[in-house]
Amino acid sequence: MSRSKTKAPSKGGGEKPILQRMGAYWQLYLMLLVPVILTIVYKYIPMYGIQIAFRDYKSVRGMWGSDWVGLKWFIRFFSSPNCVRMIKNTILLSFYSLLWSFPIPIILALMINQLRFNKFKRTVQTVLYAPHFISVMVVCGMLRVFLSPSGGLINLIAGTSIDFLSEAAAFRTIYIASGIWQDAGWGIIVYMATLANIDTSHYEAAKIDGASMFQRIRYIDLPELVPQIVLMLIMSAGSLMNVGFEKVFLLQTDLNKATSDVIAVYVYQQGIEHAKYSYSTAVGLFNTIVNVILLIVVNKITSKISEDVSFV
Amino acid sequence: MGKKKSAGQLKGLSDRSSDIILVVICLAIVLLVAYPLYYVLVASVSNPYDVYAGKTFLLPSGFTLDGYKAVFADKSIITGYINSIKYTVVGTVFSVVMIYLTAYPLSIKDLPGRKFLSIFFIITMYFGGGLMPTYLIVRDTGLIDSMWALFLPGGVAVGNMIIVRNFFEHSIPKEMIEAAEIDGASKWTTFVKIVIPLSRSIMAVMVVFSMVAYWNDWFTALIYLPGQENAPLPLVLRNILIKSSASASQASTISGGYAELNKLTEMIKFSSIIVAAAPMLVIYPFVQKYFEKGFMAGAVKG
Repeated sequence: MSRSKTKAPSKGGGEKPILQRMGAYWQLYLMLLVPVILTIVYKYIPMYGIQIAFRDYKSVRGMWGSDWVGLKWFIRFFSSPNCVRMIKNTILLSFYSLLWSFPIPIILALMINQLRFNKFKRTVQTVLYAPHFISVMVVCGMLRVFLSPSGGLINLIAGTSIDFLSEAAAFRTIYIASGIWQDAGWGIIVYMATLANIDTSHYEAAKIDGASMFQRIRYIDLPELVPQIVLMLIMSAGSLMNVGFEKVFLLQTDLNKATSDVIAVYVYQQGIEHAKYSYSTAVGLFNTIVNVILLIVVNKITSKISEDVSFV
Repeated sequence: MGKKKSAGQLKGLSDRSSDIILVVICLAIVLLVAYPLYYVLVASVSNPYDVYAGKTFLLPSGFTLDGYKAVFADKSIITGYINSIKYTVVGTVFSVVMIYLTAYPLSIKDLPGRKFLSIFFIITMYFGGGLMPTYLIVRDTGLIDSMWALFLPGGVAVGNMIIVRNFFEHSIPKEMIEAAEIDGASKWTTFVKIVIPLSRSIMAVMVVFSMVAYWNDWFTALIYLPGQENAPLPLVLRNILIKSSASASQASTISGGYAELNKLTEMIKFSSIIVAAAPMLVIYPFVQKYFEKGFMAGAVKG
């Protein structure tokens, strides 16, 4: 209060005091009221509620009344038999997924951008977007039908009868390939939007200079995309520990657990199915902490890379 | 002139050959993406034994609509359908209203505290309480088994809100708002009479995004709406698509009874996939240009 009073006059000299300025906007603050309340209740209070990871949550006593137990739940997680496997699976599944899925939309966008027949271009885009509009549940249903050992499409084509979903070795491939099928097309939109802003006279000038299609992509399109690529990389790398919970949950079988056992599913099972609220929160918190560290590291690295690129 | 033309033709040729290669590659990709959906569609109207024998790669075999009849005779699927429509309509209206109520004030550059409020919302994109603390708050605010559990905890879709805020900042002339306010319009009036009508295209984008999200969502319902009668369509389908196939494969390992597998169950799988996916797949090509524009409006410009 006293801070804002001293701050306001020093800022603009002739400006009105802060409360009066705010008063002129009371209708806008009123608009924000409901969103702010919802965000406090359902976003900020749960953040504060993370402390149940350090308490022994008892429903009767509530979030703030249960006893402190220090790092008990974390120790229990780290000494649980599948802990290493889960951490490894979580990181590998996300990392491989990023490695394979990240470059594909960029390549697709560069290719589609070169298409000269507008009707064909639109059709290609329309088809590529389509899988994004399908529910993960339906995609997993399709996968189960396609991968079924008898009569499944893949086995029919290959002439085999492998039960893919029972093969731990196949799980990551299934997860990543279906992810690419569903979302690579949608991923091109951001890049297409950037490419659409490129002045067509650049292309014409390049053509007159005799640049091939490949050279035009290399020297006109790609540099234009770099900032967008770096931004997308930071955003996706920042969620390296957030594997697509829904799909793993739906595709997991007892037989593929060696590669499909991930932290997110464990958090759900312990928390919702077994009502171990504190334990589940602690495991989830560990996941978040690793994630934040990764976000910071990736941010550092990519900002270095993008600096280098802009120097070239 | 003549010299130029021949040089142009030469380049035209090499361009044409790379064009052809490009078109062929794109066609191959399109086929790869579209074929699985086409196959499901074909299989859904075919005799399941023919599907199992691999006779339906290209065209339906033994045409039948029994699968669809069975799907629409199933009470739980109908209830799921109605629930999904209800959640999608209410949720979309709620989300778009929340996005607008947040994006407009935050787009006003001289609003005192604007920066603080923006950060207040954006932080929630990167940090959260996680599954259990959120679950406990939703439970403690009495939303379990209430449809509002699907909408309120998500509150403001911050990513979408930022797109709309950028649109307001770049595409609505400040002069119009100032002129209206000089004429005595209140902030609320300018919002309703000027800003909302001028932002129809971005509103269409938000409607599409929210619709898709709510139509396809099942996890929130799995956690917060445990009652069977509240389940949205994808959750109903879980029993048919995910659980039954698991038990079927278990059955096969025990008794080797795959040949005995219920004909109807298999048909229902294919037709229910189509029934669940169709509404969004039919709607989106009509609104495609809107969301492409929306991404343009939200794209980084310098």
